[in-house]
Amino acid sequence: MKIDRATVEHIAELAKLDLTDDEIALYAGQLSDILDAVGQLEQLDTGAIPPTASVLPLRNVFRPDRAQPSLPRDAALANAADSAEGQFRVDAVLDDAGEG
Amino acid sequence: MVAYEPVIGLEVHAELLTESKMFCTCAVVDSTSAEPNTVVCPVCLAMPGVLPVINRKAVEFGLMVGLALNCEIPAFNQFARKSYFYPDLPKGYQISQYEYPLAINGWLEIDLPDGSTKRIGIRRAHLEEDTGKLTHVDGHSLVDLNRAGVPLLEIVSEADIRSAEEAEAYARKLRAILQYLGVNSGDMSKGVLRMEPNISVRPVGSDDLRTRTEIKNLNSIRSLARASAYEIERQIALYEAGESVQQATMGWDEARQVTVTQRVKESSEDYRYFPEPDLPVLELDRAWIEAVRAGLPELPDAKRDRLMAEHGLSRYDASVLVAQRAVADYYEQALAAGGDPKQVANYLIGDVFRQMNLEGRERDDIGAILLTPQALAELVTLVRQGAINHGVAKQLIETLYAEGGSPARLVEQRGLAQVSDESVIGEAVATVLDEHPDEVARYLAGEEKLIKFLMGMVMRALKGKGDAQVVQRQLAAQLEARRK
Repeated sequence: MKIDRATVEHIAELAKLDLTDDEIALYAGQLSDILDAVGQLEQLDTGAIPPTASVLPLRNVFRPDRAQPSLPRDAALANAADSAEGQFRVDAVLDDAGEG
Repeated sequence: MVAYEPVIGLEVHAELLTESKMFCTCAVVDSTSAEPNTVVCPVCLAMPGVLPVINRKAVEFGLMVGLALNCEIPAFNQFARKSYFYPDLPKGYQISQYEYPLAINGWLEIDLPDGSTKRIGIRRAHLEEDTGKLTHVDGHSLVDLNRAGVPLLEIVSEADIRSAEEAEAYARKLRAILQYLGVNSGDMSKGVLRMEPNISVRPVGSDDLRTRTEIKNLNSIRSLARASAYEIERQIALYEAGESVQQATMGWDEARQVTVTQRVKESSEDYRYFPEPDLPVLELDRAWIEAVRAGLPELPDAKRDRLMAEHGLSRYDASVLVAQRAVADYYEQALAAGGDPKQVANYLIGDVFRQMNLEGRERDDIGAILLTPQALAELVTLVRQGAINHGVAKQLIETLYAEGGSPARLVEQRGLAQVSDESVIGEAVATVLDEHPDEVARYLAGEEKLIKFLMGMVMRALKGKGDAQVVQRQLAAQLEARRK
């Protein structure tokens, strides 16, 4: 499957990556190769194999609803690149892209 | 001019009132008042190497809602990663459900103003985690992750809603159900319940689904109704002017009472969902589901029907009483204290709500008023026993609402006991009739409505405490006696 420049630019935008023209060309080729490699699987006849939702042999793993102490705030913020007023501080993000 | 009809669907996010978060053991706290980042841990901070584990209670709460909304609970359930980069979730994705939600294909019945009912379809309800909160200050954003990971149930209706009034009725009914189930406080102003309508309009009779907009930032059901009505009119005006509606996320400006464009959606979102590899799938035990179903409390519609059947309340009164769980609880406590069901309903809906409206108090907050359900029951009983009349009862509600206390003691202290003595009332009637010869003559000449005026004058003479029935009887008798 051939990945074009526009698709690479779209994926880069979603991943918040700033790519140069050379990189876009490079990754378009590499992503196409990766998809082709994975695409070989489509040649297999999987008609008799039930769909697999998870490779884990586990089902229904729960924990009881009991609260435990959280991290001290200093520890929570210790590795933050920047913090202020007990909060993580990041560059302004005004575009309200967050979802509920 | 073409007639238009709106096509509305509602997406509701309800935080679940669990003790701990969805996938970690941090406590769920009031994120509007807690110190920032005091209930966070490696899991909800997305530190490397951590593993989420599903909170069983959150699944149970989700099941309760699904079953209360008449949904099917599929045998197979799976969580999925919804990928997006935004600092409100440090993982770079939200754990949600996509292809295999917890509950599907349900419905909710709403009451329409003309007295009929309508079923609004519930497309799905799925579990996910809430996001953190951002505050924007001078070129930076501050991130508080207390709310990140709080269990959230997303409830999506079908686009069956056809007016702002129906949207409001749906929202009220859904909120009441969540409150009755005890899974959500229903407090939209704190953001624990968020409702987002998506709205389009089309010519009546057409089947097409036109471009829709979505409204966010609604902090009350009243705002939801107003914003929806505004947005419907805005879209109709655009079509009437020959323009088109642009797909966008709108915000509701509470101060100006208008919707404003927040973000234009140029392309559909690309969340790259895939099955969450950190969480094993769910194959919910049917016995568990049936146990949850059997344990559901009485829900608003059932309570309304019971109040009508057991106490002879009108459908309207019963609907008003069950609309908020706090009001239903208050009403039932007053009945438990011996109050007459119909009289309690009348004074509650008429006089107590009036006081609450004057104070600007929400009905959800009725549990905190100084007039206790026991005092209201006592007051109603005093009226029934003839110890006080209706007018005095209304006055007392004002006093008890403002100051609390015991109705019986207030009646005694203020000398408000009803005057039923025939001779006292007879004397007052005679005096009033002597003082108003004109009105008496006009009444006797056929102007019968003047009896209300005369009745008022007698009541005033009795300082409002007269027994209305005795006053009425005496008045009629003495007027007839003056007919020559």
